[in-house]
Amino acid sequence: MNTSEKNHKDIKASLFITCLVDLFFPQVGESIVKICRKLGIEIDFPEDQTCCGQPGFNSGFQGDARAIAKRFLSIFNQDDTRYIICPSGSCTSMVRVFYKELFKDDPQMLEITHNISSRIYEFSEFLVNVIKAEDIGASYTGKVTYHDSCHLLRELGIKDEPRKLIKSVKGVEFIEMNLHDTCCGFGGTFSIKFPDVSASILDEKIENIVESGADTIVSSDMGCLMQIGGALSRRGIPLKVMHIAELLASS
Amino acid sequence: MKTKRLRFERDSASALKNQKLQGALRNATDRFRTVREKATGEIKGWENLRIKAREIKKHTVEHLDQYLEILEENIMKAGGTVHWAKDGNEACSIILDIARSNNVRSAVKSKSMATEEIELNHALEGAGIKVVETDLGEYIIQIAKERPSHILAPAIHKTKEDIAKLFAEKLNTEPGLEPEKLTNVAREKLREEFLSADMGVSGVNFAVAETGTIVIVENEGNARLSTTVPRIHVALMGIEKIIPRFEDLSTFLSVLFRSASGQKMSAYVSFITGPRRKNDLDGPEEFHLVIIDNGRSEILAHEETRESLHCIRCGACLNVCPVYRKVGGHSYGWIYSGPIGAIITPQLLGIDKAPDLPFASSLCGACKDVCPVKIDIPRVLLELRRRVKNNKRTRAGFGERVAVRLWRFSMEHRKIYSLFSSLSYIAQKPWLQEGRLKSLPLPFSRWTRHRDFPPVPKKPFRERWKEIRDSK
Repeated sequence: MNTSEKNHKDIKASLFITCLVDLFFPQVGESIVKICRKLGIEIDFPEDQTCCGQPGFNSGFQGDARAIAKRFLSIFNQDDTRYIICPSGSCTSMVRVFYKELFKDDPQMLEITHNISSRIYEFSEFLVNVIKAEDIGASYTGKVTYHDSCHLLRELGIKDEPRKLIKSVKGVEFIEMNLHDTCCGFGGTFSIKFPDVSASILDEKIENIVESGADTIVSSDMGCLMQIGGALSRRGIPLKVMHIAELLASS
Repeated sequence: MKTKRLRFERDSASALKNQKLQGALRNATDRFRTVREKATGEIKGWENLRIKAREIKKHTVEHLDQYLEILEENIMKAGGTVHWAKDGNEACSIILDIARSNNVRSAVKSKSMATEEIELNHALEGAGIKVVETDLGEYIIQIAKERPSHILAPAIHKTKEDIAKLFAEKLNTEPGLEPEKLTNVAREKLREEFLSADMGVSGVNFAVAETGTIVIVENEGNARLSTTVPRIHVALMGIEKIIPRFEDLSTFLSVLFRSASGQKMSAYVSFITGPRRKNDLDGPEEFHLVIIDNGRSEILAHEETRESLHCIRCGACLNVCPVYRKVGGHSYGWIYSGPIGAIITPQLLGIDKAPDLPFASSLCGACKDVCPVKIDIPRVLLELRRRVKNNKRTRAGFGERVAVRLWRFSMEHRKIYSLFSSLSYIAQKPWLQEGRLKSLPLPFSRWTRHRDFPPVPKKPFRERWKEIRDSK
């Protein structure tokens, strides 16, 4: 049975949109809503959400990050029967892996963190590991290569799931590029703190993408795709840049 | 000792433009990575070895004082002498005293990062003692008067053409020699040095407390010669190089060889327990171990960063680091480079001397994946970043403080966040060219220097949600 026909009405999810997607790539959020509805998953969007606090945490401003993290926890703690799905490996890692660092001296917050950590998933992880869906019934004609974003790969251990999803899309020819699991050089504020080093790392990533022969680059993090897409655009390289949700929402 | 503040952005700028260096770095790190992957992939239980190595190091570091005393006792029993040095100056004094009281006129050295740390060569030469580096890579950079740029392979920033040119200039060899011939030239010259030196100086890969044994691993044989031919052997080690028992070596040697050079075992592994015995046919008459602190006990005192002391100096983290691959070792400003350099340099020199280094990373975590003793380098980097921002001398400048305040305020107040979102849609218009943002004012100019910035769509997701919320 095609997974897209299965009914998941018993599954309820809240969308943690992430600031990058909300502000710059809203179509990724729309794709996620479309896919959830297709699969019969009831999805809502806690409208008060803003950020998980990672930019502050990564820059050494733990105190400021903690305040924002607290706010995140209180918003997503309102209904603990819902999964939380997120179109970003790095934001998901922040909550699932690093929040317990931030709140290690606060038992009350730590408890809430554990509860939320147990139900927050990156989107491709959610589809494959929770919904057990690999074929969403999408179709897209193109040669697709995939960039493994660092937190998703190394903090969350997600590597095969996105590939299974991509390969199930009708019309896709999947190509594995060279050094697909090497950093693209984004690193959040690293990209503007050390822009020349970031760009040098990016150069090699672009080289590998182009060399693969793909016409579409897919990833699960818009930070990476902003970095990669920004270089492709600057150089006038006509590769399509897509978040995995956009690919899976294609028909 | 270094007192100037290190500046990563400035020091890496020339490296990024140096095409030859870029090629050398790519080749070297690719090669190291490939052999390491093969060597660690083919051994079953690699992950268990790493876990065990970490456990032993963690335990040792938490009982360091006890093990150091046991080590000293056992070295003395074996006829060696142990000296304790608080810092580099003291260590150099101690070694100079040993040299002077033995009328040492020339010394041979095997590769030791610790001796670079204390600038020992400079001290010895200042006292009129000739010092010759005998590890081929160190020999090359000694001739070139440069610093090492990689923990394992100090001269990887040099191509074979560079080295041929260097030897022609400084050693009067024929120009354009091939690597094999260059090595033979070095070998002949070094052989004379080994045989005539009064003192041999080495580092220590592991010091076994239980038996008073120091272990040195190498592929060239120069450490074996440096530590057995001259009359005096001086070994220098940081306090953290100690391991409790001889049998622990089976764990550490296994992870070191495979992580460092992708070998099952290096060509020479030397176990040195004191000086020659009465009936030995060879070996030095005196064995001295100089144990140095130089900031390590400061690291020891902080639980969040204590694991920095687990490092066995294999260099694997350098070879997988996307930053190191582009900037090379010299950009890190001191002798330790790559991810491990980024965490220990600020801790050894002081956070105010190297406040950039903890930020010179994209936090990709590749280093953590390969570290044979499982140091969570990204976690240590994050803690050091926190320290930098909380230190009076290195905290955020005005611009950054304003940015953080603004960021926090908008993220804590959704309506302000939404306001900024609408404002940025309007504010971008003067810079939009054909639907793209190709240049922007500070701080976004640092982004647009090399890449386009995505245009801000009119409706953020949260507004679109309102439209699609109730539809099917």
